[in-house]
Amino acid sequence: MTDMSVQDQPYEAGMGDYFALMKPRVMSLVIFTALVGLLVAPTPGHPFIGFLAILCIAVGAGASGALNMWWDADIDAKMRRTAKRPIPSGRVQPGEALGIGLALSGFSIVLLWLATNALSAGLLAFTIFFYAVIYSMWLKRATPQNIVIGGAAGAFPPMIGWAVATGSVSIESVLMFALIFMWTPPHFWALALFVKTDYGDADVPMLTETHGRDSTRRHVIAYAVLLAPVALGIGFTSIGGYVYLGVAAVMNAWFLKGCYGIWRRDDAAAEADNYLVERKVFKVSLYYLFLHFGALLVEAALRTTGV
Amino acid sequence: MAIKVEHEVHERRKGRNFGVGALLIGFIGLVFALTVVKVLQLGDARQFENFDHVARPAIIPQEGDTE
Repeated sequence: MTDMSVQDQPYEAGMGDYFALMKPRVMSLVIFTALVGLLVAPTPGHPFIGFLAILCIAVGAGASGALNMWWDADIDAKMRRTAKRPIPSGRVQPGEALGIGLALSGFSIVLLWLATNALSAGLLAFTIFFYAVIYSMWLKRATPQNIVIGGAAGAFPPMIGWAVATGSVSIESVLMFALIFMWTPPHFWALALFVKTDYGDADVPMLTETHGRDSTRRHVIAYAVLLAPVALGIGFTSIGGYVYLGVAAVMNAWFLKGCYGIWRRDDAAAEADNYLVERKVFKVSLYYLFLHFGALLVEAALRTTGV
Repeated sequence: MAIKVEHEVHERRKGRNFGVGALLIGFIGLVFALTVVKVLQLGDARQFENFDHVARPAIIPQEGDTE
């Protein structure tokens, strides 16, 4: 042992710090939706191949998270919510995040290709590229529609899961993509309305800052209205059914009612009850996505058991 | 004198080193399991031999074979 005191040592990043680069909470949503896309597909594959495919999709999503943290370290340092992330807090060096992001992207894409098919691997590669380059590097700082377009990256996992099982893209997988794609904006903007963000300090154009809060309220209801036919439409494809349609009808009515409430009031009313409606709609939006995909799983289970 | 050299960095990076080791072993396990699954999915045992790098006259279909 040397005589150097502990204080002289640079902080040594542990596995947990590197894991945090991969945005575990986002990853859990990716795993869930990709798994549903895989399980509702009509062609059952080998369980181990399915497991490996989900692992690759999760690691690929984590890799794009690491690349995002590498690129956005300057923004993250300026905002309270993200200042404790591994890079701005100094626990992980930016170069390490870049290296991990690139290496895991390569591993996950190649392994997914070897395990399944070129289409799945290509979709995963495009998702990582879309999130890291199109969203993080380009659109996030350029347009208040960043959430809308960035949402596409989060919408790809069920489509990849479906491609793993079937080797193709079809109306079912496109609609599952569209469901998450159209759900992301009202979900996020409801949050943006009640969380006092500091995106302005970091020069990130958010709709609430660039177009005002009333405009954001109109956007929430507009996307909720456009979302409903997509959600109900899935019910009439081969992966839908009465259970799904029932869940979709109830959840869309509930969500639309909440979004209508957001649209009908202004910030003065919202301030008065501490954004009660906005908070509630955000919570409902979480159930909304979970229950839609959960209902698809139930339909798949019913088909398998022949009910 | 002991041949083993101890340095505080060994202790400091222990967790990380074990973590990387576990990941590598896990990766080897995944690739191995994938290989086993892929080979078993071939079905016909003779297809296994197609992956051999040496010419195998025995597995080339002969004239008069019913297949």
